[in-house]
Amino acid sequence: MSLWEYANPVKFLGLSERVMPWLWGFAAACLGVGLIWGFFFTPDDFRQGSTVKIIYLHVPAAFMAIQAWFMMLVVSLIWIIRRHHVSALAAKAAAPVGVVMTLIALVTGAIWGQPMWGTWWAWDPRLTSFLILFLFYLGYIALWEAIEDPDTAADLTSILCLVGTVFAVLSRYAVNFWNQGLHQGASLSLDKEENVADVFYIPLLVCMAGFVLLFLALVFYRTGTEIRVRRTRALIAREGRGAAAQVEGA
Amino acid sequence: MIPDLGKYADAVLSAYAVSIALLVGIVALSLWRGRRVRAQMVEAEKRAGRNG
Repeated sequence: MSLWEYANPVKFLGLSERVMPWLWGFAAACLGVGLIWGFFFTPDDFRQGSTVKIIYLHVPAAFMAIQAWFMMLVVSLIWIIRRHHVSALAAKAAAPVGVVMTLIALVTGAIWGQPMWGTWWAWDPRLTSFLILFLFYLGYIALWEAIEDPDTAADLTSILCLVGTVFAVLSRYAVNFWNQGLHQGASLSLDKEENVADVFYIPLLVCMAGFVLLFLALVFYRTGTEIRVRRTRALIAREGRGAAAQVEGA
Repeated sequence: MIPDLGKYADAVLSAYAVSIALLVGIVALSLWRGRRVRAQMVEAEKRAGRNG
């Protein structure tokens, strides 16, 4: 069995019907456990006080904002190279979820920044690249809505996605490229020395798993919705052609 | 039951409130649109079946 079989809308819908209950269930469980654990059962940080509890929302949302764009990049490339409609629709379905993740990261970052840095916002490399990524998400959604022909919309949004990838990469590595600004380095790293303390780290990992699973559940569900929209439009167009043929034949 | 958040209570609680509202919002909006589209598709399929 090949992965490309799921480019068939019927097979994709069958797969999503099977996996979605698990995704919704595990997402709710991980988010519930992670957020309750982080909010109620972790201590304050010796420097940041109780604001450290914002980490359980800010870091997973920022992580997913970037990963969502990379997921859109992969499926956009599949559309450009192999012309599978499901991949283009998956990119379209993921964009609003990515917007919400980016918005959560920006808002919680501002709320966290105010007491810690003394300002809601600074034109810091990471913050600025994240804001530009947010604007790219909005532009991407607007472009889908602005173009009537779905294949042309998929072509143009795929190109926009390729361009926006520069800012997704910058959002992730800005603090490494430019050693300036207020934002600290990565909170999670493969280098254990750089990670946050274990007491915060484990509930943070659970929250990140919750955000990943919620993103997957939403993308599967929303892609199914886009497939159904496409089928409904095709049925209505066929109906219109049938009616026109009847009028011509009369 | 709410832990003592000290002087940062407003910041922490508003971060949680905004984030949870946004997450619930995207889930609710997705489910609402999904159900509406599914009903429209079933209707269009029925019409297509009737018209042959």
